[in-house]
Amino acid sequence: MANAVVNVPATTRRGEIIEIKALVRHAMETGFRRTQLGALIPRDIIRQFVCLYNGVEIFRAELHPAIAANPLLAFSTVATESGKIEFRWTGDGGFSLTESAAITVV
Amino acid sequence: MTSRRNFLIAAGGLAGGAEFACAPAGAQATPAAMQEAIRKVTGPSRVRSGRVKLDLPPLIDNGNSVSLSVAVESPMTPADHVKAIHVFTEKNPLPNVVSVYLGPRAGRANIATRVRIADTQTVTAIAETSDGSFWSGSMHVVVTLSACLEEGLI
Repeated sequence: MANAVVNVPATTRRGEIIEIKALVRHAMETGFRRTQLGALIPRDIIRQFVCLYNGVEIFRAELHPAIAANPLLAFSTVATESGKIEFRWTGDGGFSLTESAAITVV
Repeated sequence: MTSRRNFLIAAGGLAGGAEFACAPAGAQATPAAMQEAIRKVTGPSRVRSGRVKLDLPPLIDNGNSVSLSVAVESPMTPADHVKAIHVFTEKNPLPNVVSVYLGPRAGRANIATRVRIADTQTVTAIAETSDGSFWSGSMHVVVTLSACLEEGLI
């Protein structure tokens, strides 16, 4: 299974508001839980998510431990031109993941 | 061939080994901590209620994954749009949940995600508009099984 799943309409009309969904596989360990031996499990979360439409940032999110495991973000954008929509997740422990989707605007 | 009994014993051992005990509920934000976190975002500006519609299930069976959506009334034009949406909780270990930054290219100021809710509490969303004003919307939720904070649950 892929580590990230993004949902972008493949083709759309110019000016249409499209919904984008981005899901990533990540435990989002809060840093507040303990093992059975009482040791604190260190925090390991995704801190930031950025979405770029043909290289221009259209959406950014800062995540905190209160975001559920396998973070899902749904947002919208106006379809302006054909091209590439890029998704970037960065987090604790050098976590970094990039995914992209192509969009055709007619 | 593995008998049903052996399989169940093995499965039980696996489950026991993999589970972690929950943290004692020592760390918890308070309504005051939430106000503090909100002030960090808004500064001295006044927060008006309205325009923000926060949506969560009113009764939550399992706080580990709760759908949350925020919709802000805004024309989303370059002159008048929502710049940021912040979500805060009163009783999670930390008051901040998520901060999103958008612009007129969003078309609609609607976002959705999934969050952890630790306890029965009020969740608040604050929207910052391009003219520098802040709007808020709140919702009270009841939680039956909280997001992994009770002592000795497992």
